[in-house]
Amino acid sequence: MSRLTALTLAEARDGLRAKRFSARELAEAYIAAMEAARPLNAYITETPERALAMATQSDERRARGAARPLDGIPIAVKDVFCTKGVLTTAASHILNGFHPPYESTVTQRLWAAGAIMLGKTNLDEFAMGSSNTTSHYGPVFNPWKKPGDNRPLVPGGSSGGSAAAVAAHAALAATGTDTGGSIRQPASYCGIVGLKPSYGRCSRWGVVAYASSLDHPGPLARTVEDAAILLGAIAGYDPKDSTSASLPVPDYEAALSGDVRGLRIGVPREYRADGMPAEIERLWEQGVEWLREAGAEPIEVSLPMTRYALPAYYIIAPAEASSNLARYDGVRFGLRVPGDSLEEMYELTRAAGFGPEVKRRILMGTYVLSAGYYDAYYLKAQRVRALIARDFAAAFERVDCLLTPTVPSAAFAIGENMDDPIAMYLNDVFTVPANLAGLPALSVPAGLSADGLPLGLQVIGRAFDEATVLRVGEVLETAAGFTHRPVETMIDGR
Amino acid sequence: MTYLIDGKTGPWETVIGLEVHAQVTARAKLFSGAATAFGAAPNTQVSPVDAGFPGMLPVINRHVVEQAVKTGLGLDAKINLYSVFDRKNYFYPDLPAGYQISQYQQPIVGGGRVVLDMPDGRARTIGITRLHLEQDAGKSLHDQHPRDTYVDLNRAGIGLMEIVSEPDLRSAEEAGIYLRELRSILRYLGTCDGNMEEGSLRCDCNVSVRRPGAPLGTRCEVKNLNSVRFVMQAIEYEARRQIALIEEGGAVRQETRLYDSGQGVTRPMRSKENDYDYRYFPDPDLLPLVLDPAWVARLRAELPELPDAKKARFIGEYGLSPEDADVLVAERATAEYFERVAQGTNGTRRDPKAAANWVMGDLFGALNKKGLGIEQSPVAPERLGALIDLIAEGTISGRIAKDVFAEMVETGAAPGAIVDAKGLVQLSDTGAIEAAVDAALAAHPAQRAQYAANPKVLGFFVGQVMRATQGKANPGVVNDLLKKKLGD
Repeated sequence: MSRLTALTLAEARDGLRAKRFSARELAEAYIAAMEAARPLNAYITETPERALAMATQSDERRARGAARPLDGIPIAVKDVFCTKGVLTTAASHILNGFHPPYESTVTQRLWAAGAIMLGKTNLDEFAMGSSNTTSHYGPVFNPWKKPGDNRPLVPGGSSGGSAAAVAAHAALAATGTDTGGSIRQPASYCGIVGLKPSYGRCSRWGVVAYASSLDHPGPLARTVEDAAILLGAIAGYDPKDSTSASLPVPDYEAALSGDVRGLRIGVPREYRADGMPAEIERLWEQGVEWLREAGAEPIEVSLPMTRYALPAYYIIAPAEASSNLARYDGVRFGLRVPGDSLEEMYELTRAAGFGPEVKRRILMGTYVLSAGYYDAYYLKAQRVRALIARDFAAAFERVDCLLTPTVPSAAFAIGENMDDPIAMYLNDVFTVPANLAGLPALSVPAGLSADGLPLGLQVIGRAFDEATVLRVGEVLETAAGFTHRPVETMIDGR
Repeated sequence: MTYLIDGKTGPWETVIGLEVHAQVTARAKLFSGAATAFGAAPNTQVSPVDAGFPGMLPVINRHVVEQAVKTGLGLDAKINLYSVFDRKNYFYPDLPAGYQISQYQQPIVGGGRVVLDMPDGRARTIGITRLHLEQDAGKSLHDQHPRDTYVDLNRAGIGLMEIVSEPDLRSAEEAGIYLRELRSILRYLGTCDGNMEEGSLRCDCNVSVRRPGAPLGTRCEVKNLNSVRFVMQAIEYEARRQIALIEEGGAVRQETRLYDSGQGVTRPMRSKENDYDYRYFPDPDLLPLVLDPAWVARLRAELPELPDAKKARFIGEYGLSPEDADVLVAERATAEYFERVAQGTNGTRRDPKAAANWVMGDLFGALNKKGLGIEQSPVAPERLGALIDLIAEGTISGRIAKDVFAEMVETGAAPGAIVDAKGLVQLSDTGAIEAAVDAALAAHPAQRAQYAANPKVLGFFVGQVMRATQGKANPGVVNDLLKKKLGD
């Protein structure tokens, strides 16, 4: 029998249905793969006992004929989703020892659909970063390496642990969150599929907040089909999240018709960033060509406000973060460093609990919200945000979706970009606009760089039109025929 | 006539605006389902949302919004169909999220007014600037441990209405009347229980002084006053402090002060607490609050009659004096009780004056003695009405009625049953009374002889007859018979 971990989610689901193997066998295979992949540091917490117990229950349900849509599917959970009774850290020391007394809506829906929890994956601290190097639990390593170069690469961030685990086949799929690209950028760096759904499509309830108006929970998976299946399980209205959308959830799997004939594909000219590597430009053109060959109609469009997206994002996100992270004060949960006064306890606790990138963003956010600066920064950034949304709305009058590169580069080495936060922030330049506008956006692995590293293309759609985004993504995936795998040595230590 | 304070250099006018924090009457908190009952054991009414746990999100409580809109309507105010919740950021252990969800630039209720009935009969209209919804904070307990502070989050997240008045008040007395009137309106609406001892109603006062007619002076804010008396004392002290300061050549500094009720003085808060930058911004976890105009119209239609209108109606419809009407409308429950007494059964109406006197006199006295509110009255309004009917029908005398009422207070029994059981029915049978009259006249010939010279002796004989009949004789009949027989 082929290795169970080589199956896609759809294949594993069908195999379980046909009783070719049990959920327990599948879980055991993934527990072994998770252990073998430990050098990647993709998981903060492994929960093998829970996985086996859930797998046993899954097999019992199937034996009773009561199997559920995702029964027996082993999933990794980004460690910002609160999981009842299981350590939840957001990769921050300040949540030291925090075991939530509740389960996030997204994970609750996964378990209700029969999925199995493998563990909690590593990330940039509080999801702030594009390299997964800011975690209190150490950096995550990309399972990919440049051929002939043994230097470890970043997996991207902030959902770097989820992306690395899926790419290394140490999880069948994973949940992530995307605030400025945190699902799509690591998906691109690790050669997998990452989907940021529309804002309001997946509940934020029980997800440790970074920037509330920009945080989007979503799936990371090996194929577009797997992402579609997973989205179907986690999407839907949640009365516990006031920003959740009360809309029906379509059958995303059924939407993958493979037919994009007549679809108008927008190619935004402003995404030709200065200094973008030629190979990325070429891959983008190749993507346009693939869609044209499939019968879609490429149309050049303009999104003139694009250049203001990144600065607006780096005002709004830190502003919200500075407020969202005020609750980590040492009073009720997590880390407390005692002091002689209340102020001293706050200072010592937050100094010890937050890493440098989190502190930087809290300081920036506090600054832009301060009296006298609010109008010049926060208010102006919100206006820019509205204009960016208007740009997209205008474009979507002419086209059905947009095609862009996901990231202007392939994965970089750990240690690069570390002394220059701005260079690091530029990683998000193509992903951030969809967060500001709340639009669904998908990264699909489409080719390799000259260095042999994966590169992704991004499909952006109309709000709540994940179905079209996934359909176009699958056509790209088929055309690209991306079957490359990271070097095995890193994965199972052989 | 404006109240002026005489300083050393001449008269001064006090200018006051109040910010009242009224806890919304609701079973659940503003953004969580946790309970709100007062006096529960510490930290037993706290949801993870109230405790600011990671990933927890606020969901607006529709009932609390309804209460705020009703209050706005009761204050004759503009209801804003579009309002926004903002975060007010500051660190304190009783503020779990590190921010209070409040409404800053776009409150749910805009300008309105409260009309005050002044003791001299004038009416004063006080402008309401706005009413907004916000979360209450928890409580820091500094007295549980020599070094550590404990935190009780039961109160954290309870819905508050902050009701801000225009600087229209001109004396401590007016401020007191305003606060009582506002409390009365809130209680009528059922949107706040107005209980200042339990902290459901708290008040911040903005006080400044000026020469009559001069532009506004610099104000100080006296925070967190929890009784009408303290509000009035703090304002009077603060106004006189500012006058003395100015008259001595100093200037008032805009600052926040606290009232020390033990010493009767206000003192500035530590300066650190004076220069918070709250970094307000719209709460991204909540969408703007949009109200359906039809829903607001329905609430307006369902609004109860408020104290002002009720007072006018009591004067017009029942012929009560303004003073009696004031007493009866102060509490909605009292007014309802009175009306049920005065209304009578099947459309008949009892004497309103008698009803008012019984409610304000004997009933209030009995409730006071027992420490009960009118809602817990052992005497139901229908039974007090029946008692008044028994007097009106001549079944019992007013004097006997007092005894019957005392019995009703103790047992809750119907007056008719008490009268029957104790045989208290008034004797109107002329024959029986005549026998008692004859017996009395026969027993006291000396007094009878005095009658021609001293008609007051009639009272003596009335007493004798009443005693002989255990008070049951109809006093009118007794009087008539005695006059007739003594005159013979």
